[in-house]
Amino acid sequence: MSDTHAQTVPFVRDTMLPAAQPPDNQAGAVRWLRENLFAGPVNSVLTIAGILIIFFLVTHFWDWFAHSVWNASSLSECREIISATWGPDARGACFAVIRERWNQLTFGFYPSELYWRPTMTFGLQMIALAPVLFATALVIRRTVLVITAVVTLAAMIALGSPMIWLVFAAIAFAGGIYASERNVRWLVPVALIYPLAGIWFLWGGSLWTPIFILVGPALGWVAWRILGKRLPGVGMFAAILVTILFWMILAGDAANDAQNLIPMSIESVRSDRFGGFLLSVTIGVAGIALSLPIGIVLALARQSDMFLIKSLSVMFIEFIRGVPLITLLFVASLLLNYFLPPGTTFDIILRVIIMVTIFAAAYMAEVIRGGLAALPRGQYEAADALGLDYWKAQRLIVLPQALKISIPGIVSTFIGMFKDTVLVTFVGLYDPLKSMPDAIRANIEWKGIYWEPFIFVGAIFFIICFAMSRYSMYLERRLQRDHK
Amino acid sequence: MSEAINRKVDHSHMQVSDQVAIDIRNMNKWYGTFHVLRDIDLTVHQGERIVIAGPSGSGKSTLIRCINRLEEHQAGHIVVDGVELTSDIKNIDKVRSDVGMVFQHFNLFPHLTVLENCTLAPIWVRKVPKRQAEETAMQFLEKVKIPDQALKYPGQLSGGQQQRVAIARSLCMQPKIMLFDEPTSALDPEMIKEVLDTMIELAEEGMTMICVTHEMGFAQAVANRVIFMDQGQIVEQNTPSEFFNNPKSDRTKLFLSQILGH
Repeated sequence: MSDTHAQTVPFVRDTMLPAAQPPDNQAGAVRWLRENLFAGPVNSVLTIAGILIIFFLVTHFWDWFAHSVWNASSLSECREIISATWGPDARGACFAVIRERWNQLTFGFYPSELYWRPTMTFGLQMIALAPVLFATALVIRRTVLVITAVVTLAAMIALGSPMIWLVFAAIAFAGGIYASERNVRWLVPVALIYPLAGIWFLWGGSLWTPIFILVGPALGWVAWRILGKRLPGVGMFAAILVTILFWMILAGDAANDAQNLIPMSIESVRSDRFGGFLLSVTIGVAGIALSLPIGIVLALARQSDMFLIKSLSVMFIEFIRGVPLITLLFVASLLLNYFLPPGTTFDIILRVIIMVTIFAAAYMAEVIRGGLAALPRGQYEAADALGLDYWKAQRLIVLPQALKISIPGIVSTFIGMFKDTVLVTFVGLYDPLKSMPDAIRANIEWKGIYWEPFIFVGAIFFIICFAMSRYSMYLERRLQRDHK
Repeated sequence: MSEAINRKVDHSHMQVSDQVAIDIRNMNKWYGTFHVLRDIDLTVHQGERIVIAGPSGSGKSTLIRCINRLEEHQAGHIVVDGVELTSDIKNIDKVRSDVGMVFQHFNLFPHLTVLENCTLAPIWVRKVPKRQAEETAMQFLEKVKIPDQALKYPGQLSGGQQQRVAIARSLCMQPKIMLFDEPTSALDPEMIKEVLDTMIELAEEGMTMICVTHEMGFAQAVANRVIFMDQGQIVEQNTPSEFFNNPKSDRTKLFLSQILGH
């Protein structure tokens, strides 16, 4: 500091400056416009071009939407109303088809007197999801559950639900909301059992079937309690073996016998009557619920030090990812029957769910592997140094962080999988996008109506997928643990 | 050089017992074909405070990481508190739960609060009831002087605070031995002192400690033995006063002149 300037010679500040307001053009709407829309010549040109494109699109489609008809019993009636109201050359949308056939688009060929059952299934599902989706947010949980309860019960009444099931649903919602207020962990067992209950509500049949399906894991748990204390590996294997053997050998007969002894059943609905959004949501929810845990296991296996496990996982993931989903669906619908013993009936929706699940799980595994790879080595070392064993370290340290990092990818996979459920049209199921509108158009009254069902189905898909996307952003914010 | 240590260190409880805490015999380690640790022989008694110094790449971190088997050794024996480290996972977990380790980059769990960081291992490894684990954790957080940060997340703390939490986290397992792997190297000068103070307090209570560090002031004030390593071998070990005032090997002299020169 030999050549110090005159003005930097000793200086002591005796009063601190107060914070001042920014200049006017550096704050508020003016600043936002300048920074975001007119930051420079290129930006300004692009902004104006964008506004023009939006203007042309809106003016082009506006008439069609503005002239839409919601009340007609056929396409030709629609056209008559439009030309009578808006002139002979006017174009207009005929959303009357949605009003007329919403039940088909929603429930497919599900018996109309039983529409309340899927409604109740997906309404009550919210209780099972509450401890998973909104574990730490009481107010959000309360809002979601109360709204779901009101909407579900109202819809059930409108769809002519029998009183006994209405009471059942009301009690279930009341119990769920009570548990959610007191201690949301009470709902975790509900979350575990609900998939079986949901399957029974949807497909119906004997109540003894789900009960005996539950008995299998219960026996497996007993086997694990007996053996697992001393030989954890053998115990785990025995538990799985006991469960599967019980399902394969005893469960079916036992359920039949019990049904003969004490009949308890609701009207059963065959899989080929499922269609529309009911089908998509059923496959989508099952695929989402199953593909995440399978994806986690595959990702951990791929990171494993054990060569065989690692190779099996890599082969599985690469094979499934290398094959189009439609191929897997064809395998599910056609080839699987050749490999199974003759006479086995293996439900088509179940087969599709399995294929969609393993397809999504392979992608999920890679997404989660990315999260695992992003964790600093030090986290594994700290967990090791504290004496946590492999599973505890994974469960308490590694997975919570890796899954958090992977949230955007996981939700993208869910969204992709949910949209892919419309591909079931290729194996003869009535998806909401292709088969169901085709079935509607097969009717002479609605022959030739294309855009309106597409727009409706697209809008519903958009709402569901956008909700998932918003939820993932909410979750990311909620799990944020540092200042960014 | 000892500007970070500006208080008198109380040596009254620093007693070295006859009991062996760590016994390393003829230990060798390779990374692939690179011979990182060569014929290491080291016996650490309970209550010893050992500082390991040496140029970077000399294998000092690798050595202490072998003691809780974050690194595997390929030849020789390591016995920690009577348990030999082999590929037996039970033994490894036993040793790890008895040996605390503090890392250069703290390695706190960012998704857990400070308190949860401290109670996690006691609850899941030692099976201590949650309430009791929290009480113990608060005691140790008080000891490292950050009880008021217990409910914050690590990302909200300064580096020095994080490192003190990391020390508290290790202490919550009531370890018999503490390993420090360059605990102050990633810290701003202002924060080095608060971490060293915590480490000195720990030494004053008689904890068995092995520290890899470049803080020579700490070595002089606290250590009872300084080990100098170079090229994967122990070159010289001595009491701090002998080591700093009267180094024997040329390599040590060179190292000391470089590290103390400015």
